[in-house]
Amino acid sequence: MDEREGEAFEIDRRTLFKGAAAVGLASTATNLAYGAERLAGAIDVVPKPPPAVAPMDVTLNVNGTSRTLSLEPRVSLLDALRERMDMTGTKKGCDHGQCGACTVIVDGRRVNSCLTLAAQVDGLPITTVEGLAKGDELHPMQRAFIDHDGFQCGYCTPGQLCSAVSVLEEVKAGQASAATMNLENRAPVQLTDDEIRERMSGNICRCGAYNGIVEAVRQVSGAAQ
Amino acid sequence: MNEFSYTRATDVAGAIQAAGAPGAKYLGGGTNLIDLMKYDLEHPKALVDVTRLPLDKIEELPDGGLRVGAMVRNTDLANHPIVRERYTALASAILQGASPQLRNMATTGGNLLQRTRCYYFYDASAPCNKRMPGSGCSAIDGFNRIHAILGQSNACIATHPSDMCVAMRAFDAVVRIQGASGERTVPFADFHRLPGDTPQIDTNLKPGELILGVDLPAIAYGKGSHYLKVRDRASYAFALVSVACAVDVAGGQVREARIALGGVSHKPWRAEAAEAYLKGKAANAETFRRAAEAELKPARGYEHNKFKIELAKRSIVRALESAMGGVV
Repeated sequence: MDEREGEAFEIDRRTLFKGAAAVGLASTATNLAYGAERLAGAIDVVPKPPPAVAPMDVTLNVNGTSRTLSLEPRVSLLDALRERMDMTGTKKGCDHGQCGACTVIVDGRRVNSCLTLAAQVDGLPITTVEGLAKGDELHPMQRAFIDHDGFQCGYCTPGQLCSAVSVLEEVKAGQASAATMNLENRAPVQLTDDEIRERMSGNICRCGAYNGIVEAVRQVSGAAQ
Repeated sequence: MNEFSYTRATDVAGAIQAAGAPGAKYLGGGTNLIDLMKYDLEHPKALVDVTRLPLDKIEELPDGGLRVGAMVRNTDLANHPIVRERYTALASAILQGASPQLRNMATTGGNLLQRTRCYYFYDASAPCNKRMPGSGCSAIDGFNRIHAILGQSNACIATHPSDMCVAMRAFDAVVRIQGASGERTVPFADFHRLPGDTPQIDTNLKPGELILGVDLPAIAYGKGSHYLKVRDRASYAFALVSVACAVDVAGGQVREARIALGGVSHKPWRAEAAEAYLKGKAANAETFRRAAEAELKPARGYEHNKFKIELAKRSIVRALESAMGGVV
């Protein structure tokens, strides 16, 4: 196993299966290459051509923990979270900013992580759905989604939750929406159902759990007032 | 997505210098550029992230206008107290665009530069004079529901998708730009282009130039100005037709009006004929309708978008009524 440097592609089955087993994945070259990072003394299984652009160090501060990754600039925040940090709570729905399943909170604002390069958010605090609960204690919004039937398949749910908790912060900060009447008078926002729907309209749900989602947000916002 | 190098600019001069590298582009919120790169429609070799430049302020100007930095996020621009109060149609326009997540990411400069959402522009396998000059326009004889009825050419009937820009056009905004040869300003009317026979060029920004921000001149009657957006969905969809308008009425007569249309042209469309008609006339629905007729006279529709002509007329009337506080 020691004279691998410079060898084109020779690996015995034992090493291959050890690598695959340790990562717990079916052996695709890409997964092994990524998984190899996490193994002590890992080796490249498949020879990669050198990238045209050198990878860069990006520090992602996710849910209070900072980690520095070596990434190509074109890695999206979504892919960095899911593929490189094993944080698969955030989902890839459309990968084009049209569904909101990838919604996370960066520097206090909800964003679509699929259209964000990981490099852009270097050093900024990031909250994902994994960061909402405190250990085993669910976030009140998570509790409300359960109580009010706010999901079926659950795929859009992490994005819905990150948006929903953001809605409450945005209302507190006095942010208007397209549903807000009399924009020019800057009165405090009344979180009606119309307001909730408009503020949550960046998160779509193919199962159609919208009514439950609105109820959940309404309940938590009522409690917050 | 192609490979590219990424640098983050810390000052304007450094950003402009970095943008001089071959194939370099500025990166703002990325909501359009990263999307286009994922579709393999844009292939910058280098991205210069300008979002952390000190261009994120909104400041009052001595003459009562407003100076908006290019890095101000759409959400922040829409919610700024002066924008809400004195340029209400601008706040409303931004809030009716995209989604909250996208508005949090998008920058003022980026919103100006976003590209058309024409289906054929987005389809790399379709002929498109904007993507590949001379290859033809697939929309003219294709599915052209979302396409232009004013200012188009035989080379391109694409529309500009921004809501913010329609309101800025109505408010006579001025774009502040810096390039290798110094600073300049461009009136909003001259920033975006009509397609003519060069649809591949969207704006009059020169290569490497950086948008510093947008100035909004003072306007006495912007409070309560209106943005009406007509679209297939109640939210999270582009305009079929939109109208930004402000109207100064005294004694039941229109002293002055600002009207701009979205969804109808390659650039935000200032309704100059309608504005001229309204001056000094009674502020009522009949006058508004005649003004709209005057504006839409040269309109030309295609197989799937002829409805926009009548829709635009009614939208102008409805928006003017709303800007006056209700049906007149």
